[in-house]
Amino acid sequence: MSDSVLEFIDVVKTFGRGSSEVHAVNGVDLDVAVGEFVAIMGPSGCGKSTMLHLAGGLEDANSGRVRVLGRDVGDLDLTRRAALRRTDVGYVFQRLNLLPSLTALENVALPLELEGVGGREAARRSVEALAAVGLTEQLKRYPDDFSGGQQQRIAIARAIVSERKLILADEPTGALDTMTSDSVIALLASLPQQFGTAVVLVTHEPRFASWADRVVFMRDGEIVDQTAPATSTIGALA
Amino acid sequence: MAVREGLLSLLREGPRHGYQLKTDFEAATGGVWPLNVGQVYTTLERLERDGLVGVVDSDGQKIYSITPGGTQALGEWWQAVPIDDPPPRDELMLKVLMAIAKSTQDATGDHALAVITRQRTMLLTMLQAKRRERATQDTTVAATLVTDALVVRAEADLRWLDLCEAHLGAQHAVTKRKARS
Repeated sequence: MSDSVLEFIDVVKTFGRGSSEVHAVNGVDLDVAVGEFVAIMGPSGCGKSTMLHLAGGLEDANSGRVRVLGRDVGDLDLTRRAALRRTDVGYVFQRLNLLPSLTALENVALPLELEGVGGREAARRSVEALAAVGLTEQLKRYPDDFSGGQQQRIAIARAIVSERKLILADEPTGALDTMTSDSVIALLASLPQQFGTAVVLVTHEPRFASWADRVVFMRDGEIVDQTAPATSTIGALA
Repeated sequence: MAVREGLLSLLREGPRHGYQLKTDFEAATGGVWPLNVGQVYTTLERLERDGLVGVVDSDGQKIYSITPGGTQALGEWWQAVPIDDPPPRDELMLKVLMAIAKSTQDATGDHALAVITRQRTMLLTMLQAKRRERATQDTTVAATLVTDALVVRAEADLRWLDLCEAHLGAQHAVTKRKARS
């Protein structure tokens, strides 16, 4: 097995038909290694969020292959995709998606309980995950009792509680102020070292992208460049 | 170059000899603006000639101090604002404007997009390097603020490149519409 957590191999994803057909992702190849932090940047509509939907099995590619931990997402039925998202792939969105009727602790424990982990063990691991994101108090309060930044930390704790191999984060700081945004991105950037988790961050903010090991630039559904020494567009500029 | 005013600012705090001015200047600017001693003494000679500093011998060492005229010149410098009052000219802007002009001639926009992409990638690479530098180095306040200035300027350049790309996209859409009609 390769050391890639996520592979896109000549992936095409279109929306609409006929004259209104749009190539959201157009022949993309991308490898994300174990413990790598990759940021995807590009203008609105460039396909960066679609990449995350494809990686999580929320959308199907029209052609090409999307592989997560060596498994072809296109070959997995809905139940197996759900299991993949429960155990191996975590999501952090701009909208927090915490369940308002559950406490912070219960929100984080939810994926463990869905996996069948016992209540006491789930609570223990959830407390650990919340501590890892800097939350150690008032864990039995409800999401609305926390600030936006704290809620995003709870969402990240939920994403890492299952020792996931891959975190997909789509503009996770969109609703937060600058200082809080910085601390959320720093937290995401610490996951590869702390847990060996790979992180794919979609953002339009250069300052957040600069935390990544590698920044990939998309335009019109294609990867047009990336910040890696081996990649250069210099020859095409004459 | 504001070395002259930098030295006056240090002398406003108290008299110093030449080498002391060099080391204090470098510390205040976070080590990004090294001065050679010769440059310091040449500048001090000019300041003395213009009546902005005075000099006395003390144990065979020249000690410099600011004069009332120097204090006034320094005050004026603090008040002045170093802006690019039009037109702003820098290499990135020139390069991208030339690329857009070329793209307007050949009507594809491809060359300009390639130039913008390249500049954006390199600016992001610089931001990444600065971020890593900051994470690993134990540094002074002055050096941190110098890095912050570079980072914020790079971010501004990146935003400007985004605007250039959006403009090119709009221009390209108009060209395509005209070609169809």
